[in-house]
Amino acid sequence: MTAEMPEPTNEPATVPDPLDEVAIGAAVQEALAAIDAAATLDELKTARLAHTGEKSPLSLANREIGGLAKEFKAAAGKLMGGSRGRVAKALAARTEVLEAEDAARILIEETVDVTAAPRRRRAGARHPLSTLQDRVSDIFVGMGWEIAEGPELESEWFNFDALNFKPDHPAREMQDTFFVEPPEAHLLMRTHTSPVQVRSMLERELPIYVLCPGKVFRTDELDATHTPVFHQFEGLAIDKNLSMADLRGTLEHFARLMFGEEASIRLRPNFFPFTEPSAELDIWHPGAKGGPRWIEWGGCGMVNPNVLRAAGIDPEEYSGFAFGMGIERTLMFRNEVGDMHDMIEGDVRFSEHFGMEI
Amino acid sequence: MRIPLTWLREYAQVPAEATAEDVMTDLVKVGFEEEDVHRPLDEISGPIVVGQVLSKEPEAQTNGKTINWCTVRVVPEGATQTLDIDGIDPTGVQGIVCGAHNFEVGDKVVVTLPGAVLPGDFRITPRKTYGHVSAGMIASVRELGIGDDHDGILVLSTLGLDPELGTDALALLGLDDEAAEINVTPDRGYAFSIRGVAREYAHATDSVFTDPASLVSVTASTGEGHAVVLADEAPIYGIPGCDRFVARTVSGINTALPTPPWMSSRLRLAGIRSISLPVDISNYVMLELGQPLHFYDAGKLDGAITVRRAAAGETLKTLDGKVRKLDAEDLLITDGSGPIGVAGVMGGASTEVTSATSTVLIEAAHFEEVSIARSRRRHKLPSEASKRFERGVDPLVADIAAQRAVNLLVELAGGTEETTATDVFTVVASAPVFLPSGYTSARIGIEFTQAQIIGSLTDLGADVEKVDGGYSVTAPSWRHDLLTKEDLTEEVARLVGFDLIPSSLPTAPPGRGYSRKQQQRRRVVQALADSGLTEIMAYPFVSKASNDAFGVAEAGAPRTAVKLANPLSEEFGFLRTSVLPGLIEIAKRNHSRGFHDLALFESGIVFLPSDTLGTASIPPLGVKPSDEVLDALYDGIPYQPLTMAAVFTGKDSPAAPSHAPRAWDWADAIDAARLVADVVGVELIISQGSHQAFHPGRAAQLTLRSGEVVGYAGELHPKLLSELNMPARSVAMEINAEKVFAAAADIIVAKPISTFPVATQDVALVVPAEVAAATVLETLREGAGELLEDVALFDEYQGTGIPEGRKSLAFGLRFRAADRTLTSDEASAARASAVELAAERFGATQR
Repeated sequence: MTAEMPEPTNEPATVPDPLDEVAIGAAVQEALAAIDAAATLDELKTARLAHTGEKSPLSLANREIGGLAKEFKAAAGKLMGGSRGRVAKALAARTEVLEAEDAARILIEETVDVTAAPRRRRAGARHPLSTLQDRVSDIFVGMGWEIAEGPELESEWFNFDALNFKPDHPAREMQDTFFVEPPEAHLLMRTHTSPVQVRSMLERELPIYVLCPGKVFRTDELDATHTPVFHQFEGLAIDKNLSMADLRGTLEHFARLMFGEEASIRLRPNFFPFTEPSAELDIWHPGAKGGPRWIEWGGCGMVNPNVLRAAGIDPEEYSGFAFGMGIERTLMFRNEVGDMHDMIEGDVRFSEHFGMEI
Repeated sequence: MRIPLTWLREYAQVPAEATAEDVMTDLVKVGFEEEDVHRPLDEISGPIVVGQVLSKEPEAQTNGKTINWCTVRVVPEGATQTLDIDGIDPTGVQGIVCGAHNFEVGDKVVVTLPGAVLPGDFRITPRKTYGHVSAGMIASVRELGIGDDHDGILVLSTLGLDPELGTDALALLGLDDEAAEINVTPDRGYAFSIRGVAREYAHATDSVFTDPASLVSVTASTGEGHAVVLADEAPIYGIPGCDRFVARTVSGINTALPTPPWMSSRLRLAGIRSISLPVDISNYVMLELGQPLHFYDAGKLDGAITVRRAAAGETLKTLDGKVRKLDAEDLLITDGSGPIGVAGVMGGASTEVTSATSTVLIEAAHFEEVSIARSRRRHKLPSEASKRFERGVDPLVADIAAQRAVNLLVELAGGTEETTATDVFTVVASAPVFLPSGYTSARIGIEFTQAQIIGSLTDLGADVEKVDGGYSVTAPSWRHDLLTKEDLTEEVARLVGFDLIPSSLPTAPPGRGYSRKQQQRRRVVQALADSGLTEIMAYPFVSKASNDAFGVAEAGAPRTAVKLANPLSEEFGFLRTSVLPGLIEIAKRNHSRGFHDLALFESGIVFLPSDTLGTASIPPLGVKPSDEVLDALYDGIPYQPLTMAAVFTGKDSPAAPSHAPRAWDWADAIDAARLVADVVGVELIISQGSHQAFHPGRAAQLTLRSGEVVGYAGELHPKLLSELNMPARSVAMEINAEKVFAAAADIIVAKPISTFPVATQDVALVVPAEVAAATVLETLREGAGELLEDVALFDEYQGTGIPEGRKSLAFGLRFRAADRTLTSDEASAARASAVELAAERFGATQR
């Protein structure tokens, strides 16, 4: 501010007399009108300064009280106090209204389109084969079973001989095997997870209740229903006095947990070198696409005594049962996956459709 | 195995209305899986009848062809046509244009009349052609779907047939039969015969079985036939390669005679092509009784037959015309000239039965399974004969099968039976098996009655004797698979019915839940997915180049990888030593499908062989190997650690309002690796690394506190990315999860929490550019002493104000004491000593 600029003068032409009820009343009316007319907090501020500021008529008039004769002071004080009180009250009321309006306006102005919210957290996904494997494992762990694992590149002995596959028997060729070089090393890509059963019998204390999920390999070309690399889960129970009724009971319990209370199983005679008797396992799938029906699910049977002997278990004292199913196959009929390619090609749409669930 | 129903009906009570599907439904109950149905009538339908050519007018055509305009009578002489179909002449005589010439007026032929449908949905209708209305067709065997010969039409007299005109040709040719195809498991060789399946059908349906073997009476006297010597001097597993050899002779056969349609149609339905009458007879008997036969041209045999192992250097030209080098283990049929056949696998060319053969020597032998299996594999000669021998043939049916073949050669080929026969028989009878009482019930869970046990086993053909404490069971000669009480138990359960097995749920002892490693794995996989990565599962088969690029940190370092002996593709013939090649393949596949912003991970096994690979031999089955042998088996298995890897390409998210996507960069790869360690509470030390697959300046080496390097993360090498046709700036990480998991603490010990106020101070240090931020940070931590609660790098700066070759690093330090409120002097002093140590180590100056 420079000295040349004149002092602002908003001094009223006349100072109202604090005893002049008419003049004071007019000033009050003027103030109330201005407060009422203020549409914004800024206008209200202007009105407040004009009518309650130090140079406002009411303030100036109030200041005159001091100079009045003693006998007029009380009347003037009463008039001025009441008048200024009315104005202050009106100001407060108007401030509250305008502030509320202002707050509401700001909130409205801050409105966003919530439907345009960006997805900042990238949605990842588990592979459904891996989720399903977990789901199956959870069921058995819930029954007190344990999960056993073993190597994918395995000794021929664990994969075949220990499982009672005779060296030259055609059964050995039923499972088209990937061998590795040199052949003298007797190593192969396991054709089933059964070698893990043998390892479990060698390494664990009796009785044994284990589930062996994992990757297995056979020399099948990839097509809609075959893949050279796939997943199985096999169960093994070794205990005293186990019978095929225990096998059936276990499979039924599992089937119901996987496919609902209406699911049931059917056993048909079959042959596997490592079980005797052996059975093919069908499941009654109540939710099958196209209506409830029997679906081939896997194989099972009572553990062949030669397998027990290979693990040093006395078949006269202990007996056991085993079963095995394919995870890909289960996913195919449980979740209606029509083509094996979808499971192995790694197209992100396949996994992302399932997300974290199965 | 395919079972023609008319054949099955000869020996089993199959209801007249039963279809192949019905038969399969019954057989599945006794353990034969359904495979397929073969039913010619699904493809062909009448009216297809026998007709006689009344006239045949050759007419030359402008296209150079000559066609025959024929009239053919399709109803018996004097009868009229009863079929009322458009195009079928009421007189019973059809006008037909025929392009073939191999027939004469008077020949009886097969006429497909209008309304008929031939295989391939070929519908017969009257049609105008070559100036005539041709109302039907004179059929060839190929058109009827019963042979390949397309050169001429089928003249029925060539099949030895002279049926009445108008006869239904479909029935005449056996096309009204059908076959059920079932899967026979490898333990049940006997079921590769009508005999075996008919018996099983009877078990399944509780009906009567007539053994076809019982219908043949062996009339010849033995001893004076063709001389045969069994001389196996090197039996495999001590079992002689041949324990029975029946030789029969039939002379004066006419090889030109046709195979009757009833026989050829059954063979065709069974999946075997008709070749010639003698070959068809040998196949027919094999299918019926399960005994493979071999016919020799007796005129070409050079003296006595000897069955022996091959000698070094011997060769044999087999029936398929190939000369085969024989192995010392091959079991051979030989005569004075040398080898004339690989026993049970394939005969030799020199003694083959041809159209000139007049005397046939029939071989019906019993060969040992392993010997046949090995020869078949060695020479890659799978055959119907070897299939049966490998799975076991009834040694007691050889003479019966030979007699059946003799009878058919006499009946159909006009031969004369020689009444003397050779039967060298050294078969050892199978020993009885003891089945303890109660064992079957205990194992199956059904309370079997004695009647059920004895009845089932007797039905199988076994001899069952009740003895003290159980049963003594002698298996029938065709069931070499019944060797133990478990085998017998399965048979009893199978015949009584698996459906009757009750259900009980055994209680496992208290389990320990998931192992630590299983929990760690699952939590890490879930965490990676939760943080936005998509799990994939690639095949572990990779190329040598991929292993060399990703499997070794240093270029040119030797990478030993396991090679598959029989890969599906030679290119991908190795087991992966890194998970990244598969991830990159899958990333590229997603790119090609229009997905460019990817974050993929895999949790899988890699194969890292050491010097020890497998074991030179493997122990036998059925016994527990010694500890030393077991240890060797375990030690021979290559290291296969669980490995986690991730690949990122493109951006972290799609663009959206109020959201700016960020391109994945090297730090994201390091962060993913850190996540793996963080989830299991393991500290991962990040340092500047060097790996040939990664950008030389943007690779982190991942190390455990122990100093062990467990992986790499960062930006992939630009040159490699361009070679792989991957987007520039793609980043990746790979970490040996097994080692990270193992480094996790068993118990995490709590740290006391001080509630005294914090004192925070910042410091900016100028250090040489090549000094790693992590090193400076560690130095500050060391220099500040125990009052330092935490230190974090919050800014890095190079440029104006900072000398060339140096950089400024800004750190936030948090000081707190466990037992008091720190004074600002104390905090400043700690800060000063931190800075001092950094100055001493790297010449750091405060900015």
